Amino acid sequence: MENPYLPYPVRIESIVTETEDRNLKTFKLVFLNPEDEAKFAYTPGQFAELSIAGKGEIPIGIASSPTEKGFVAFTVNKVGKVTTHLHNMREGDVMGLRGPLGNWYPWERMEGKNVVIVGGGFAFTTLRSSIIYMLEPENRSRFESITVVYGARSPGMLLYKDELMAWEKRDDLDMHITVDATDDPDWKYNVGFVPAITEEKVTSAENAIAIVCGPPIMIRFTQPVLEKLGFPPENIILSLENRMKCGIGMCGRCNIGKEFVCKDGPVFSLAELRELPPDY
Amino acid sequence: MSAKLFSKDEWVGVLEGLKDAYEVYVPVKEGDFHNFRPLKEGTRPSFDFQNSRMSPKFLTEPQSERMFEYTLDEDQPDAHVLKEDKKELPSRAVVGIRPCDAYAFQLVRRNFDTPEYVDPYWVKRYEATTFVGLGCNDPCETCFCASAGSGPFDRKGLDVLLYDLGDAYLAQGLTDNGEALLGKTKGGKEPDEDAWKQARALTRQVAGKGSRRVPTDKLREKDVNALYEAPFWEDVAFSCINCGTCTFLCPTCWCFDIQDEVQTLPMVGDRMRNWDSCMFPLFTLHGSGHNPRSQKTERVRQRFMHKLKYYVDKYDDGIQCVGCGRCVQFCPVNIDIREVAERMNAL
Repeated sequence: MENPYLPYPVRIESIVTETEDRNLKTFKLVFLNPEDEAKFAYTPGQFAELSIAGKGEIPIGIASSPTEKGFVAFTVNKVGKVTTHLHNMREGDVMGLRGPLGNWYPWERMEGKNVVIVGGGFAFTTLRSSIIYMLEPENRSRFESITVVYGARSPGMLLYKDELMAWEKRDDLDMHITVDATDDPDWKYNVGFVPAITEEKVTSAENAIAIVCGPPIMIRFTQPVLEKLGFPPENIILSLENRMKCGIGMCGRCNIGKEFVCKDGPVFSLAELRELPPDY
Repeated sequence: MSAKLFSKDEWVGVLEGLKDAYEVYVPVKEGDFHNFRPLKEGTRPSFDFQNSRMSPKFLTEPQSERMFEYTLDEDQPDAHVLKEDKKELPSRAVVGIRPCDAYAFQLVRRNFDTPEYVDPYWVKRYEATTFVGLGCNDPCETCFCASAGSGPFDRKGLDVLLYDLGDAYLAQGLTDNGEALLGKTKGGKEPDEDAWKQARALTRQVAGKGSRRVPTDKLREKDVNALYEAPFWEDVAFSCINCGTCTFLCPTCWCFDIQDEVQTLPMVGDRMRNWDSCMFPLFTLHGSGHNPRSQKTERVRQRFMHKLKYYVDKYDDGIQCVGCGRCVQFCPVNIDIREVAERMNAL
């Protein structure tokens, strides 16, 4: 009997501080037993439990893409006991990784469609995974246009800045970077909240699916924008979070009605969510 | 299927005899109440009870258990790597479990034994356990098993069913595991027709008494959001003090927490699994401070919605309740799941 609670042992290969408040770091993890990497076969949109012996576990979206081999990456916000400890760990330290967990963005349904990605703040992690995945040459032709709106409070709070700038220059991806506000006179991207920039830059819901991931306030104001554009609720895809422990639908705390965010989610369409009580 | 008739004079000897093949759990009187305990030297089994105060769910989900162990000593090559505690489980038999409590394991199994994941801790214990149930001659006043998919002589969760015939127990094997257990018992005799007659009469007599009927027939067709928004939740939750007694005693409440515990000298630790409760605000508190069920009304609603609606919808079956009545009996503020079910069913 396989034990779904047993993490794979991993080593922290690199740590990058992402944001100016130093509260977000990206950890690249490498499997101690190379054969575990194949067992950890994931799809963009999934998450995993980062496990630290003596501290506990935290559910975190996978920020790397399955097309990136040799490591799995997570961007972690420092908020509690486990994440604070993780932020103090060093390259080379050993920890655990359990997963992949949950469902993923509806890649089969997205084939042949225009993909609109709307992200805000540090919820951009699985969206980064998705963008890398779609831009992979073998995958790019499976999708029509790709439009990305990504915003943060200020330029210093944007994740993955080098990649954002590189995507901005590409012609097979329509990238819109925005910040809520900035006093940087050289800022050459958008200024404005994500919902407003979405309304301005996304012009059609024709043959399109939108993936939205961000803080609750951003989601609340982006939904009506997308619906006004003509996105039906089943084509608005959201990734949710709730407090989790087991990650496999057993411990009972992350439910939204009869569904578990950890196992039946974290990805739900707006149409699915409207059938459920709003326990999130 | 075989059957045996044991006189009550030989009964304790029969239980003692089972210890050769099983770790045997029996009801034991502790103060004013009974609980299930392992049969050891000096344990005095007591079958003079309506039901145990604590449900026997600990047999598959102990209140606290070690999942993994590890060392944090950097000099050890396996520092920070979790190790499975691979103990062999002995065969176990629980004797005297009430049919409702045995049926509860069937309901809970759906949570731990799924097509995608199997919880090895729960499932291994379940598979190692033989359930020897004792039919209810005298159901509690708070029980409503017959409305909850079970009954005083319900066989669904059992391997052996015992009928208390006054001066003897008639033991009826119901499964291969039950047959095997009966085969290992010492003493007893072939039951005569009179014993079977008594058992049938008993079943009829208890069914005739009739436990309280609780309507649950309309729960499945109800709209989940309409029930969620029902006007009565404030009223139901008004007196609740969020003590968690209901979840603690409930044979079908399985929610748990996972916590790491560390000791120094040597620097080692355990990852533990402990019972948890949806009655506590910490159960759902996000790291950000947001809490989808921060108010007690939301938590009380969650408990009843889970048992009486979400479970029904998720598994397209009956309620996640076996009608044991413990929560009704021991709730300090008299919240009654039977009344809540009626209100939900009538909405």
